[in-house]
Amino acid sequence: MLNFMLRRLLSAIPTLFILIALAFMLIRAAPGGPFDSENQLPAEVEANLRNAYHLDEPLYQQFGRYLANLARGDFGPSFQYRDFSVTELIRSGFPVSLRLGGLAMLLALMVGISAGAYAALKQNTTADYSVMTAMMVGISIPNFVVAPLLILLFAVGLRWLPAGGLGDGEVRHLLLPVIALAMPQIAYIARLMRGSMIEVLRSPFIRTARAQGLTMPRIIVLHALKPALLPVISYLGPATAAVITGSVVIEQIFGIPGLGRFFVQGALNRDYTLVMGVVVFYGSLIIIFNFFVDLVYGWLDPRVRL
Amino acid sequence: MSESIRQSIGRSLWHDAWVVLRRNRAAITALVILALFTIAVIVGPLFSAYSIDATDWDNISIAPSISSGHWFGTDALGRDLLVRTLQGGRISLLVGIVATLVSLVIGITYGAVSGYFGGRVDQVMMRIVDILYALPFMFLVILLMVFFGRNILLIFVAIGAINWLDMARIVRGQTLSLKNREFIEAARAGGVTTARIIGRHIVPNLLGVVAVYVTLTIPQVILVESFLSFLGLGVQEPMTSWGALVNEGAQEMENAPWMLIFPAVFLTITLFCFNFLGDGLRDALDPRDRGASL
Repeated sequence: MLNFMLRRLLSAIPTLFILIALAFMLIRAAPGGPFDSENQLPAEVEANLRNAYHLDEPLYQQFGRYLANLARGDFGPSFQYRDFSVTELIRSGFPVSLRLGGLAMLLALMVGISAGAYAALKQNTTADYSVMTAMMVGISIPNFVVAPLLILLFAVGLRWLPAGGLGDGEVRHLLLPVIALAMPQIAYIARLMRGSMIEVLRSPFIRTARAQGLTMPRIIVLHALKPALLPVISYLGPATAAVITGSVVIEQIFGIPGLGRFFVQGALNRDYTLVMGVVVFYGSLIIIFNFFVDLVYGWLDPRVRL
Repeated sequence: MSESIRQSIGRSLWHDAWVVLRRNRAAITALVILALFTIAVIVGPLFSAYSIDATDWDNISIAPSISSGHWFGTDALGRDLLVRTLQGGRISLLVGIVATLVSLVIGITYGAVSGYFGGRVDQVMMRIVDILYALPFMFLVILLMVFFGRNILLIFVAIGAINWLDMARIVRGQTLSLKNREFIEAARAGGVTTARIIGRHIVPNLLGVVAVYVTLTIPQVILVESFLSFLGLGVQEPMTSWGALVNEGAQEMENAPWMLIFPAVFLTITLFCFNFLGDGLRDALDPRDRGASL
């Protein structure tokens, strides 16, 4: 197991490095700088600004400096929000995004797993087909379409829920964004779960359990659930990435002051350090999360440790 | 000689698949709808009385009606929504198909080479795929679009370049199982060059799996493009795509809900049909996978 953990860790580090290097190169290769504005700055001012942000150094030095700062958890100053450091912006935006994303993942897992398992148990019945058709719809409707439709129906039409913002962080403000964000993931998880559950239910050890007279609910909870969950667990990594990506648009649509909004704002303002910071932060988060998912998977399924 | 063998193998695979697929009513319905949509988006704008960027000053932001001539209504600038939806469909479908082709070419070449050579080459090549796999590509694409302008060529390449990883893996797996078969051995014994073996003997035999994957990749790509367009990073005005139209519609939805609903319906139905068709094709071409879908 230790060997397995080490191997996984060793593959996570180059990934992280490539991510940082790629993002750094992309941003530096981009035309237009953070100091381009309507009124041209005097040359000395611009030179001083460039000097203050170390933009006048050779690229490799800037990259080295950036890496060293990152190691200390310092993402540098934001170019656009002059009074804040990127670390501060991330610290203010991330808890909001985490709450939104976490709730969406939770919802997706609960609904997806139950719907998938239910469909598997009722395989090839009307119930199965209707659940799976609903899931196909869930996969096919992008969440940036679901979100405005939900607002149109529940906020503009029925006036049950607020159309946007966070309010005081009550549940009613988060309800629509969480549903919109979770929808595609519910569908993917349900499809995975149904497939693997059907396969598990066909396997010999389930037949043995039935032959020994165990009741169906008992078989499912005690024997079938764990192996059937394996594909869902390995999907957690991509799911997290998808939820994070989705949260960018969802935060934009619902006007939620999370990290995704900072990202889009930063990208449009060419706020190099902020955009870099968000990409590196989210990228590392995904990579680290994947690492833990791998460990859990290896622990549940000894076969992959080889 | 090899030409005629290749053709007969190809035809029988597609023939078998077609027989199974024809019995799948959902997949056939999806296929017909997609064909109709494709014809509509190509031909439709040619016969429309309106152009995508012409303002009808007497009918700004009006609801859909037959009598005004604007079947889908108009947007806040008085542009006909029907012709814009069709034009948007052109871009969305075009991006879907071209970017998928880009990913197809990269993925097949990479996967077939990796699988065929095996050994250390394979290890290194797959290691690279693993590493790239873990990158949050969506963010990098957003960076690309922001920094290098909203250029449609860049969209094709950027989206294609992020989607080839799955394809490479699938193709590699298939190649591994193919390369020890007798007909490959025969070709090798006959002195056929490696490039030719991969091109003429391995790749044609992969096309079944590839076809399924392509049908499932196109909707993903359309989705990515719509996502970018929705953020305002996709195609530029007056050109449009379904994602951009949904974005405009979402901003106007309280006054003009039709601006949201028509493009959203077209986008969703298209994605839905591609996904259904992909599932149907998978059942037709690869019976083992039946039930265990995703």
